[in-house]
Amino acid sequence: MASFKSTKIPIYPKLGEKVTPDTLYWKNYKAPVQIKEFGAVTSIDFSSLAPHNYAVTASTRIHIYGPFSTEPVKTFTRFKDTAYSGKFRSDGQLLVAGCEDSMVRLFDVSGKVALRVFKGHTKGVHVTDFTSDCYHILTGSDDYTCRLWDIPNSTELTSYKEHTDYIRCGITSKLNRDIFITGSYDHTLRVFDARVEKSVMTMDHSQPVESVLLYPSEGLLVSAGGRYVKVWDLLKGGQPLVSLKNHHKTVTCLSLSSNGQRLLSASLDRHVKIYNTTNYKVVHNFDYAASILSLALAPDDESIVVGMTNGVLSIKHRKSPEEKREMAGKQRMQPVYRIFVKGRNYVPKKDDFLVSKPVKSHLAKYDKQLKKFNISKALDTQLRQISCTILIPEITVAVMKELDRRGTLKNALAGRDEQNLSQLLNFLIGNVVDPRFTPVLVTATEMILDIYQAVVGQSSVVDRQLVRLQELVEREVDYQQDLLEVLGMLDTLFAASLPRKEVPCPGSSR
Amino acid sequence: MVEHAEIRMVHRGGSKINFREPVITNDSRFLLCAAGESVNVYSTSTEEYVHDLQGHTGLVTGVVLNPSNHLQVYSCSADGTVRLWDFTDAILIKTFIIGYPIYSIYVSEKHGGVVFLVVPMANYKSSELFQLVAVHLPHSGDQEVEARELSAVLCDVSPHAGAASFGREGEYIAAVRGLQLEVFFFKKQKSYRFSLKSGKKKGAKNAFTCISCHPKEDCIATGHEDGKIRMWRNFNQKKEYTYSTLHWHHGAVNTLCFTPEGTNLLSGGIESVLVHWHYTQENQKDFLPRLGAAITHIAVSPDGSLFSTSHSDNKITIIQSCVKVSAVIQGLVKGDGVWTNLIIDPRSKALVLNGKPGHLQFYSLHRDKQLYNLDIVQQEYIHEEGLDQFEVVKAAFDARGDWLATVEERRKKGAELEINLKLWAYDELTQSFVLNTTVTAPHEDQITAMFFSPSPETTMLVTTSLDGHFKAWLLADHSDANEGFWACDFVGGYHLLKPGCCSFSADGSLLSVGFQEVVTVWSPASWELLTTLSQPPGAIRDLCFGRLSCSKYLLGASTKNQLCCWNLLTCSLEWSTPMDVSLLQTDPLSENMAAFCSQSGSSDLFVFKPSEPRPLYSQKALCTGKVQHAVFAPRDQMLESCEERTQWLNRSQLYFFTQHMDLLTFSTKTEEDRLLASSKQLMVDDSVAVTPFYLLLGKHRGQQLEKQEALTNPMAERTQLPQGSIAIKELLHTPAHVLPSASFLCAMFVRSLLISSSSAREEKEHEEGEMEREEEDSEGEADPRLGESAAWGPPEEFGAPALTKAQERELRKVKTFDHSWLSSLLDC
Repeated sequence: MASFKSTKIPIYPKLGEKVTPDTLYWKNYKAPVQIKEFGAVTSIDFSSLAPHNYAVTASTRIHIYGPFSTEPVKTFTRFKDTAYSGKFRSDGQLLVAGCEDSMVRLFDVSGKVALRVFKGHTKGVHVTDFTSDCYHILTGSDDYTCRLWDIPNSTELTSYKEHTDYIRCGITSKLNRDIFITGSYDHTLRVFDARVEKSVMTMDHSQPVESVLLYPSEGLLVSAGGRYVKVWDLLKGGQPLVSLKNHHKTVTCLSLSSNGQRLLSASLDRHVKIYNTTNYKVVHNFDYAASILSLALAPDDESIVVGMTNGVLSIKHRKSPEEKREMAGKQRMQPVYRIFVKGRNYVPKKDDFLVSKPVKSHLAKYDKQLKKFNISKALDTQLRQISCTILIPEITVAVMKELDRRGTLKNALAGRDEQNLSQLLNFLIGNVVDPRFTPVLVTATEMILDIYQAVVGQSSVVDRQLVRLQELVEREVDYQQDLLEVLGMLDTLFAASLPRKEVPCPGSSR
Repeated sequence: MVEHAEIRMVHRGGSKINFREPVITNDSRFLLCAAGESVNVYSTSTEEYVHDLQGHTGLVTGVVLNPSNHLQVYSCSADGTVRLWDFTDAILIKTFIIGYPIYSIYVSEKHGGVVFLVVPMANYKSSELFQLVAVHLPHSGDQEVEARELSAVLCDVSPHAGAASFGREGEYIAAVRGLQLEVFFFKKQKSYRFSLKSGKKKGAKNAFTCISCHPKEDCIATGHEDGKIRMWRNFNQKKEYTYSTLHWHHGAVNTLCFTPEGTNLLSGGIESVLVHWHYTQENQKDFLPRLGAAITHIAVSPDGSLFSTSHSDNKITIIQSCVKVSAVIQGLVKGDGVWTNLIIDPRSKALVLNGKPGHLQFYSLHRDKQLYNLDIVQQEYIHEEGLDQFEVVKAAFDARGDWLATVEERRKKGAELEINLKLWAYDELTQSFVLNTTVTAPHEDQITAMFFSPSPETTMLVTTSLDGHFKAWLLADHSDANEGFWACDFVGGYHLLKPGCCSFSADGSLLSVGFQEVVTVWSPASWELLTTLSQPPGAIRDLCFGRLSCSKYLLGASTKNQLCCWNLLTCSLEWSTPMDVSLLQTDPLSENMAAFCSQSGSSDLFVFKPSEPRPLYSQKALCTGKVQHAVFAPRDQMLESCEERTQWLNRSQLYFFTQHMDLLTFSTKTEEDRLLASSKQLMVDDSVAVTPFYLLLGKHRGQQLEKQEALTNPMAERTQLPQGSIAIKELLHTPAHVLPSASFLCAMFVRSLLISSSSAREEKEHEEGEMEREEEDSEGEADPRLGESAAWGPPEEFGAPALTKAQERELRKVKTFDHSWLSSLLDC
């Protein structure tokens, strides 16, 4: 007497990306905290000082947030027009910001009023930065010039007018106090040395440059502009290394992860892509609700802060290890593992006489019913487990397939009341177009239509569902037709592009 | 034909054991069942085959115990004889010649010396009318007796077994046929007929299928096609008979049987559930479900302790009083068809083919025993007629037997085909195949051929399908997973023609695929189309590469009576011959090929080498009908035949299935002689059932004896222990209950190990000098001196001269005892 063979649930290949260490790392963030700002968030900068506050520049204000606060700890509002590029000095004491009114303001982080105001630019200043010696400020403006200012004397040191369009990005070297790089809408990147009159290096990005970034070693330079992210080797005289085109809209911001192993790029296409810096492959991807203008990572990647055009600031915090452990602890509480292994791991001694008990096989609920040939009940028990039906439709489909194999699917589907039928129709609407389940569910759908043909029109719920089902099927048929057309086009193209090959003739020796 | 006399076609195993109801002997030790032209005897406890009763020349159609002697059995056969056997020793006692083909046999205790047989009606020999006749078996000393005294009892009966039954103490016999039940009372010599309405209105099928009479009461149980069981009572009159109905079966009731005391009724049908009805409480029933296949017969042992059910898959299950299955006797399963063709498993050398539905069976050809069943479909089998079930349609092994590929198929009416390709890996630990990969819908249409590449480096599988493609599947190396899985490597086609067959060359460097009329040759290494060969008209049905010295040839058989042979070096046709080849098979161990041709309703066989114009062997009119399945099975030992005609059978043996699903093979004279000799040898010492335990013990005993001999031999060089071995044999072979007490045996046993006194004394006289003779003799009369140990050594060398005469005598007395038995016992 053989035992009952349970219904086989087919294992379908998992679609979607594979689980890599990268996805695990970048998925380990909590749900984002969203803060509404007054306008588009153009710049975010983290302080290098211990609590790691960050300055968010949006509209005419600069807000400074603490690492876990949703309310700003400090606000600078003394701007007459749109503020740009709020940046902390490396000691975290001073903050500099440009403004559309061409003035550059320097603030004490604890104060309120500007310590210094640098006047000299004739148009809005989009770029500001401190040099590595902390005594100078770099600015870049829409009047095509970039200038260096001295903080103590609040005087202009030098001015470079080499760019032929707006300067929208710039960065100072962290290793050398005299070197800085600017990127402009004239498609060029220029490397300046404050000790020299002219630029020392020019690179052509061939798109308006939106963002530049230096590697910690400062041997490599990354620039973003248009849809491209380009990497340049500065030590080889500005030779282009790679050009990445993974976004389908302008890339607006670049950032490096804290260990320098991963490069992040944010774009107007609402995605943040993370690249491996050794092979420049995309290893992960974040989606946001709106076009992204600014992006910053907290030290140790503790949080990812993203500013968007709709003025929303989104902050994702990394899950702390305690929380993880808490989750694991909860899981351990649920199944009483000890009961399952009770006495199982006992190793018999040498003289023990072993009495083996036959292992009782546990059948699933639907299998118990199938064993008893209760066909309707088998389907019902499966459909009633709503969570199971939604999450794992494979099981329900497998039960239906088994009933179909037994030739009793029609009997199992028949004789249902309104509630039962609508439950069934809901399931069909959810899964009938899934290519994995279509062969089975189409037969089931046909059977249902056959059986309940006579009672159509008696229940509004069922009727509505039937109409939905009809629309769904029609749409799917249209899709399939379109796909076939595309396939035909592709075939034509491929056939045209392939070189004609001689067909070997019978008898000809080759 | 005369010159081929040394090659003979023989049936080799696989006979039907479920044809008729089996018989369990009175002591419940043996089970007898009709199997082809002989009656097989199985042990009920070990399920081993004991021996067979051979002698009938036609199909055996019934076996019953002799009611007057429970150690004898009657068997009837279509050759028109009834034979009486002693089944414990397989001795034919008597043969009664009836003269008509017999279809069933019934006996009753009350009618001693009479057997009831179902024979065709005398006047309508060709028609399908049968009658039940009583035959008085004449008492005569002769071996062969003519029994022509037939007296008709009932006319127009069914020839099926189970359609007639004796009632209470043999007072009446009841038989069913169609819609009619007929009861014949022997005392009154009168018969009553009861008929049912055909009842076609409600779609009910009332026809009788089987019958069983209660052994103690006047009650007849009948089974019907619609699954009902009717219990008839009060039937000794025409009018006021009654019946009650029991209904559980949803298909036809195939068989019914009362237990000997009449307390229970057993029934079985297509559901493969043994239903156990309680006679007194009719609504109470027990079930024994999932017995594997439809039940065709049920038999109960005379003491009621064992039931046996025969199943449609050539299986007999022995059940202990409906509680649990105790043994399964499984023959070669012959299902509805052999779709997989015949395959030889390279590991176990077993024949592999479709077994139970959804299974592959591994059948040992040498032992005529099913080794195991491999569940391919892995689904609960629903025993119901008219269902579309999954069937295993293709199977293939790779060259080493590490991988097995199977294709299962389910065709639904009006719906698309469901196909699964499964790949199984051989697991050394469990000694069985484990599922590795399942590919659902590998092709869009039926798979026509499937082969593994024979090359040892790559394991590659090629499938061809009616959807116009052939696909190559490779084992994908997966570094982080523990095991690899199979994935499609290449999809090929040729002008959207439908490929029908494919074949790999012996080294796996070439693949030929037959696309209807065109044969394409591909290189599996680069998947380049190397060349195409075509020889219209007719689509290619079979393709085979030559082997060894003939590997440059490619043979193809087309549907339009053409057998072509291409030379692959010149890419040209070497020869072709008009032949309607239904099957082309290559011998894996030689260059030989076998072609089965069908001609005017019968099949011919040609065995040839592709390089030689003359066939090695040909046999016309092999059997009626087309031969669809054949295989070359490698032999265990090579034959050393030098004769030209039998040389092709040296390395492997050709097995084939006829249209009627008989497994046949070719055997040579030398081989048969050897088989006969070995069977005779077996007969000598096999008086009891050869159980594995006995074999183990017997072997162990034999080794011990040998060891003993080896130990004793150096001690008593010239003397053997002839009596000893006989005594041991007696000890081992006599049943325990007839042996005397153990203490008595011990003495006998020990004595048997000693050396006989007469021979020992001669030795002594020879060894010891003249001077001791008088003393020796004087002692010898008093003491039971039986032997002497050679290892004891001559006493003179270390015997001290200071010893007195009496002491010396004492010593000698001790010395004369044989101690070898003691040492040998200690050694054991």
